[in-house]
Amino acid sequence: MDEFLSLGIKILHYARVRGCEGAKHGGKMLIHEYQAKELIGALGVALPRGNMAETAADASKIAEELGVKVVVKAQVHAGGRGKAGGVKLADNSKSALDAASSILGMKIKGLTVEKVLVEEAINIDKEFYIGITLDRSKAKNCFMFSPMGGVDIEDVAVSHPEQIFKQYIDPYLGLQDYQIRKMIYPLGLNKEQNKQLSDFMKKLYLAYEKYDCSLAEINPLVLTKEGNFIAADAKINIDDNALFRHPDLLKYRESSEEDEIEKIARQKNIAYVRLGGDVGVIGNGAGLVMTTLDMVARYGGKAANFLDIGGGANENTVKQSLEIVLMDKNVKGVLFNIFGGIVRCDDVANGIIKATQSMDIKVPLVIRLCGTREKEGREILKNSNLIPAEDMSRGAEKIVKLVAAGHKSALKGRKRCQ
Amino acid sequence: MSIIIDKNTRVLVQGITGKEGSFHTEQMIKYGTNVVAGVTPGKGGEKILGVPVFNTVSEAVKAASANASIIFVPAFAAADAVYEAIDAGIKTIIIITDGVPTSDMIKVKQKCADNNIVLIGPNCPGIITVGQCKMGIMPGDIFIPGNVGLISRSGTLTYELADALSKAGFGQSTCVGIGGDPVIGSSFKDILKHFKNDAQTKLVVLIGEIGGSQEEEAAEFIKENGMKAVAFIAGRTAPKGKRMGHAGAIVSGSSGTAEAKIEALTKAGIPVADTTYEAAELVKKVLENEKTKV
Repeated sequence: MDEFLSLGIKILHYARVRGCEGAKHGGKMLIHEYQAKELIGALGVALPRGNMAETAADASKIAEELGVKVVVKAQVHAGGRGKAGGVKLADNSKSALDAASSILGMKIKGLTVEKVLVEEAINIDKEFYIGITLDRSKAKNCFMFSPMGGVDIEDVAVSHPEQIFKQYIDPYLGLQDYQIRKMIYPLGLNKEQNKQLSDFMKKLYLAYEKYDCSLAEINPLVLTKEGNFIAADAKINIDDNALFRHPDLLKYRESSEEDEIEKIARQKNIAYVRLGGDVGVIGNGAGLVMTTLDMVARYGGKAANFLDIGGGANENTVKQSLEIVLMDKNVKGVLFNIFGGIVRCDDVANGIIKATQSMDIKVPLVIRLCGTREKEGREILKNSNLIPAEDMSRGAEKIVKLVAAGHKSALKGRKRCQ
Repeated sequence: MSIIIDKNTRVLVQGITGKEGSFHTEQMIKYGTNVVAGVTPGKGGEKILGVPVFNTVSEAVKAASANASIIFVPAFAAADAVYEAIDAGIKTIIIITDGVPTSDMIKVKQKCADNNIVLIGPNCPGIITVGQCKMGIMPGDIFIPGNVGLISRSGTLTYELADALSKAGFGQSTCVGIGGDPVIGSSFKDILKHFKNDAQTKLVVLIGEIGGSQEEEAAEFIKENGMKAVAFIAGRTAPKGKRMGHAGAIVSGSSGTAEAKIEALTKAGIPVADTTYEAAELVKKVLENEKTKV
């Protein structure tokens, strides 16, 4: 079970925490609980009756129609909604109205709740966990099952590792019946329950494959006092790279970024992460950009952002990237660090020139160009007021100095005004 | 000697008539790569850059005896392109294409393992055996021949390091960009196994980044096998929980941090460079130590 601790939980944790990501390179699309339930419900998974509401009045109406005790749950792309007060029980439509009013508009981890799911409350006898995700180190999907559901599975892995059962899925064969038996038979459930549970597992796996998920989990999977299994919660993340196969799922695409600039960057399909400093950084290739950030820090600067123009970048991408970086008003200078491979330096140079012509740029731009069509690129920049740098280290040094000098002159300017 | 590819490698380009495919085929030929055939379904019988184009891989293998393939086809067709290459008897496959679905890569990886295929990528710069054969999109002129091997999770960082090594006078044997996707054909460790048996390669430079545990596994392998290595890790200043471009490049909880990787590498006796420029200095130090020992 140590193995599980070191692997299963790490990957699960990974799959979950990977929340805030740009659009490129194998990211994932997050969808809401009610949307995940739509997807698994269509495959025949038993769900509590209920519906999504965007206003408290609608939530109250749903509760009235259900006519039973309900649970009102925040639909937001962030974990820990229970602890944040985003899940409330309501006895009737009046208290459902109050619950929905307090949940709608609240902030959970910086994200505003705009929707709630109103569902019939269920009589819980036992709670289980089932989930599937990729184990990167084995390059196989892993099915996980635990009779200790309802709590964070990472916590179970620490406190009761022996209570988590897992099976690696053969890439050619898919999940097999014997694997399900190996996981559930040790529990000693009755025949009907085993049948229902195994059916749930098969359907969740079907959903995982069908929708190209990177994570699919039901937690808790509830065994009701009436003796039936029902999916009380559901979480599904979809592999961004596979969305071309699922045009029908694009309607679920919603921004999960709390940052306005990150949101805009995502719409333009540019990998941008805001970091809070004042030195704008644009480069090609995630590793090179990360190293550029490290280098800026080394010279005492604070990077404002991570921005990777990517492999297929052209003039327009470069222009858009510069616009995005400069949307951050804290940015006092921008360092371009380009090592051309598939990206061509002349394209980048043309993009920068075009951007400077169409925008009123007041901050210094330091440009380092190297690799494919480097000479042509440098030639294009020759007659501009852009500052060339021979290598990454000198580029970082220059921009950090310029940004610091800019601050000083700004201060001086202010003093003079006084 | 070198690893995986050399001057005798007969290269096939799948997706040769596309924008990237044709541009980089030209670059590969200029470098001296023996590009013997291309495949684009529907364009069989044509010639591009003097290279015959075929409709299928098996025709290309039959007519031109291609034995390694580099894939530039769009993401939706990448898995199929790999299966076709395997079916035609190709044993070395490089996928440059990015955006390949993970579910496709899980099957591709298994298929390659079952057929003893060396698979590199996807979403990677490819592989270059310096002065002999380039199967990739890296700028060829930054490399000089020598006895340093290079393995990298990051494309452009590979160029940066190779450039620094070349400028410092340390030539390279073979350089491999393994890619940063969740499922990749070859890991650090897989490529290290090749370098271990290569007489030309005296030292390996590992270019890692935050996220995952490949660097830790590589450190262990290097130590167990008494190999010489120098490492560089990108993302020391990356904040936790923020994914840095690559799907794998994220620090979650305490796992995948640059510190953890640097510690594992240092423990295994592998010096870790603070900057790309320092990497070249460390290579010099390790190789000179080696000489004085002899």
